[in-house]
Amino acid sequence: MTAHPFSAADSASTSGRAVTPSFWSRLWTRDAPGYLFLLPWFIGFFGLTLGPMLTSLYLSFTDFDLLTSPNWVGMDNYTRIFTADPKFAASMRVTFFFVIFSVPLKLAFALAVALLLNRGMRGLPLYRAVFYLPSLLGASVAIAVLWRQLFAGDGVVNDFLAIFGIEGPSWISNPRYSLWTLIVLSVWQFGSPMIIFLAGLRQIPQDMYEAASLDGASKARMFWKITLPLLTPVVFFNAVIQTIDAFKSFTPAFIISGGTGNPINSTLFYTLYLYQEAFGFFRMGYASALAWVLLAIVAAFTGFSFLTSKYWVHYDE
Amino acid sequence: MTTSVVLQKVVKAYGDIEVVHGIDLTIDPGEFVVFVGPSGCGKSTLLRMIAGLEPITGGDLVIDGERMNDVPPAKRGIAMVFQSYALYPHMSVYKNLAFGLETAGLKKAEIEPRVQRAAEILQIVPLLGRKPRALSGGQRQRVAIGRAIVREPRLFLFDEPLSNLDAELRVQMRVEIAKLHNDLGNTMVYVTHDQVEAMTMADKIVVLNSGNIEQVGTPLDLYNNPRNQFVAGFIGSPKMNFLTAQLKSVDSKSALVHTGGHDLGLNRAVAAKAGDTLTFGVRPEHITLNEGSGLKLGDMRVDLVEQLGGATLLYTTLPDGQSLAISLEGQRSVALGSEVTAYVDPDRCHLFDGTGAAA
Repeated sequence: MTAHPFSAADSASTSGRAVTPSFWSRLWTRDAPGYLFLLPWFIGFFGLTLGPMLTSLYLSFTDFDLLTSPNWVGMDNYTRIFTADPKFAASMRVTFFFVIFSVPLKLAFALAVALLLNRGMRGLPLYRAVFYLPSLLGASVAIAVLWRQLFAGDGVVNDFLAIFGIEGPSWISNPRYSLWTLIVLSVWQFGSPMIIFLAGLRQIPQDMYEAASLDGASKARMFWKITLPLLTPVVFFNAVIQTIDAFKSFTPAFIISGGTGNPINSTLFYTLYLYQEAFGFFRMGYASALAWVLLAIVAAFTGFSFLTSKYWVHYDE
Repeated sequence: MTTSVVLQKVVKAYGDIEVVHGIDLTIDPGEFVVFVGPSGCGKSTLLRMIAGLEPITGGDLVIDGERMNDVPPAKRGIAMVFQSYALYPHMSVYKNLAFGLETAGLKKAEIEPRVQRAAEILQIVPLLGRKPRALSGGQRQRVAIGRAIVREPRLFLFDEPLSNLDAELRVQMRVEIAKLHNDLGNTMVYVTHDQVEAMTMADKIVVLNSGNIEQVGTPLDLYNNPRNQFVAGFIGSPKMNFLTAQLKSVDSKSALVHTGGHDLGLNRAVAAKAGDTLTFGVRPEHITLNEGSGLKLGDMRVDLVEQLGGATLLYTTLPDGQSLAISLEGQRSVALGSEVTAYVDPDRCHLFDGTGAAA
């Protein structure tokens, strides 16, 4: 395959005039194998990502309901979202509450465990795998079901509290606690950011700590003055990824609330509400508009994070 | 500043593997001592043990009469300059210099003049507001040294501080560190694998090899009177020539050595007996091509000529196949492949026995 272009160049140099193969012949002879290897990705990107995204953007301006042809309604769906949909506001409140508490808690927990594991202990690979396991399992239906059993009124958590004479509430059916149960479930899946923190911690040169120890810095001072500032690129990365993830969180709320977002909409995540609109009420056009609003919110959050990063993220070079 | 450091039978082991084997060394107050040796000889480990960054497995470290083995690094009154500079990349130069003082709880009013003074000594005042990434290698090294100065330690430790600099900057910084030592007068311990750095900077050189001290002495002492073949080969550039030699006869005042196809009479006793195989050592700069300026070492073929400007280096081969480097003063015109006859001053020749010890 590769012989063609070289032979063309050779003939050009011997004959003394440039022979430029046509675009199509170059595409076929030289570039075709490359594109062939790219084909699975192209199919995935155009067929499963870009295509559905553009379709959903179009549908967000229609009243599509799966059964009849979509009719163009202009900005009606978006107007309704922001002016006449109390559930939108409720789901926003729940989602923002979830994001604001689950992301920092998860990152703090992940960093704490990473700091413990970074002390060169024996069996580190095993601990790393064990701590990472919840991240692999955490978003699955099975774990959500298990979580429901653990935190139910007659679940294991309350059985444990009963040993100390404490009568626990039904954590998932009490609106005061239900969202916190989901936040705890999210924090429990700290493995992924923990692994990234651990990699970041390994990148901090040991002699910085040695220089600080010669200066008499305590462990706490080293953490606040050296570790944390030098880890800010990793903190930033984890924060952005986990924030996006938290906005998209769906399965645990769906399973634990039985797809309702109850009690009293206390677990009505934005994605759950979107799902209800799409597959409960078949308001595909409206659900598409909700999806684009979510995309805009996540993009705004991410953009804001990048804008502020120059004030608190320290890059070495 | 009159800080002395004494190492008594200092041992370092990692598990069952001993890497430093009972070092005894005294560093006198105000001395500039250089630990030199090849990679893995234990010089940095020794320095880190003095700093408190590595626990001492056995023996004692005494600074100014006080045993320091269990004293934390910060309480030893030392400052260390690292090979990698170890500057905090998120802090300005000023903050880097002030970090240790802030950690010690000093007030701003006390920190400011000390930082300013160190910056003036090292001529980095205009850089105080910059971050380390905006500095050149040499500037970073100055900041690293400044961070040590600002703490006003009794003992400075340098761990290969010039390794990351280019050749020109190394020479410049070498001079500056030597000047700094003259100005401050502190005791300084400096680690390097570069024997030129050791020779030019040290009051006293400690040559280390495989976790042992091979020899301690002034640069010229090591150069003129190496205790063994390792020191003889390590100190001096280009390195000393070593030729196989036979001791033909020896008495209390002289010895006759056969090497390079010729007999050489030396006016000194040799600690070996006639018939022993020895190693004959002579430095390239102690060989001449001038007849009558020494004893004839032999005829040899010139394989390579290097013109250094101030000197001409000849790489030659003796008839028995042994190699010999000759350093001639000035710019000499010698044809490749030509035959030359080399002469040596017998007083500047060295002999080493089968164990490598000076004979």
